Amino acid sequence: MSATLIQLTYFAASALFILGLKALGSPETARRGNLLAAGGMFLAIVGTLVHQDIVSYEWILIGMLIGSAIGGAMAIFMPMTAMPERIALSHAFGGLAAAFVGVSEYYRQGAEMELIHTVPVGFEVIFGALTFTGSLMAFGKLSGWVTQVPVTYKFQNQSNLSLFGIVLALYLAWLFTPAYPVLFFIMLGLSFLIGVLMVLPIGGADMPVVICLLNSYAGLAASATGFVLSNNILIIAGSLDGASGLILSIMMSKAMNRSFTNVLFGAFGAVAETAPVTASAVGSINEGTIDDSATVLRNAQRVIIVPGYGMAVSQAQHALREVAELLDSDGTTVKYAIHPVAGRMPGHMNVLLAEANVSYEQIYDLEDINDEFSKTDAVIVVGANDVVNPAAKTNPSSPIYGMPVLNVEEARTVIVLKRSMSAGFAGIDNELFALPNTMMVFGDAKQTLTKMVQALKA
Amino acid sequence: MQAEILFGLYIFMLAAFLGLQVISKVPPLLHTPLMSATNAISGISLVGSLVAAGAHYNPVSTALGFIAVTAATINVVGGFLITDRMLKMFKKKEGKKS
Repeated sequence: MSATLIQLTYFAASALFILGLKALGSPETARRGNLLAAGGMFLAIVGTLVHQDIVSYEWILIGMLIGSAIGGAMAIFMPMTAMPERIALSHAFGGLAAAFVGVSEYYRQGAEMELIHTVPVGFEVIFGALTFTGSLMAFGKLSGWVTQVPVTYKFQNQSNLSLFGIVLALYLAWLFTPAYPVLFFIMLGLSFLIGVLMVLPIGGADMPVVICLLNSYAGLAASATGFVLSNNILIIAGSLDGASGLILSIMMSKAMNRSFTNVLFGAFGAVAETAPVTASAVGSINEGTIDDSATVLRNAQRVIIVPGYGMAVSQAQHALREVAELLDSDGTTVKYAIHPVAGRMPGHMNVLLAEANVSYEQIYDLEDINDEFSKTDAVIVVGANDVVNPAAKTNPSSPIYGMPVLNVEEARTVIVLKRSMSAGFAGIDNELFALPNTMMVFGDAKQTLTKMVQALKA
Repeated sequence: MQAEILFGLYIFMLAAFLGLQVISKVPPLLHTPLMSATNAISGISLVGSLVAAGAHYNPVSTALGFIAVTAATINVVGGFLITDRMLKMFKKKEGKKS
């Protein structure tokens, strides 16, 4: 009886998850979609609590209380700029949970496990463990605790691949001899290690791909948990999560014109070393004052704003929106152009602009706006670099050649707000800064924009 | 048992294709909330951890289950709450004050 009840709640929850994801397809219905999915989750959890195997609730209650407190606090207090870090952390928790459920199953069934169990348990433990440490590394890189510069050493790919080969061999051996826990635990330990080594050579700018990929792994680990426990809702939810991560990583790779393997094994830094970065290589630049740029903007009819990760770093989105509103009240058309890999995770810039009260109707994706730059009077580039680098179109020897970029240089005037003349995350020169129609305004983006608001009001 | 695994594989495949279809329709505008929502959804592994933590299989399983419950609850509670907080901010023009 209770088993049927549980299955029915899972059935309803699966439907609610899918309906919820579907509703996430449009900003009007997205919030309802999230609520639907949350409702499904609630049903599934309440349903599970009547499971016949559960004999005591104290650990469940304590775990859920601690988890809710931490999760709730993170949801309330984490600033929107730290969203990529939060997502990375949640992949880590998901991976950890999957790995531990796998280990716990092994403890329960031990040597009697049959192949039907060892196959998914091993898979779950490997993917769970490497997702855990890999995501913690990604979190460390995003929050600056671990260097964002790709860490490379000789024979790195070879040693990583051999390590992976060893894990695979241990997995295969253990499948048939589950009575040897030593195989299992070396496999687990090495999987933790692989997660670290895998993310080590990946630079800050490639983080969007890595986060999506880890998302996919976390989903696969959850799905494997479903196979271990013969639980269909886990299989479904994990599969949906895995598919979502996969789609997003493909989109991100495309937006950088790079393949998966290139992101994972290509360590961008190695390329940049061959193309040394010097400010002098860029040539002469036009430096403008805040008043100069305000004059340009005042005379403009059409303005496009291009935000990048630098906007998030200096928390400039609110000041930026003020500038845009002043221009708008003057009758100027203001649009925002978002490159798919602007920021540190897909859609990062959109969330920051939404937080600053920018209407999503003013926000355009790369392909929807790229033809409009030639008809635009002024472009404001705020803390973006590689995504507006014309070298991606003109210079075949550039490491980012072939990557789709925003055609900002086609506008009459390009105002670039930048902290200093340093290269972007890819570590490459940007000839945009030396073009005659480009005006560089140096300084912290937030301060510059705040002063620009005053200049525009004057 | 064999049939159960096979059945599971069918479910996995169908859900993956459905996921690819549904998710490729989500615009880049909403990719961050999407990721955060799918994350919360995959926190459903909580239901597996609940059984491990609440059934007295053996002390190690209980301890691991307890940690897994905590980790998965962080994802579920935090994930849905923060997704809602984000989506609340996506507004059309009328929310503008000038």
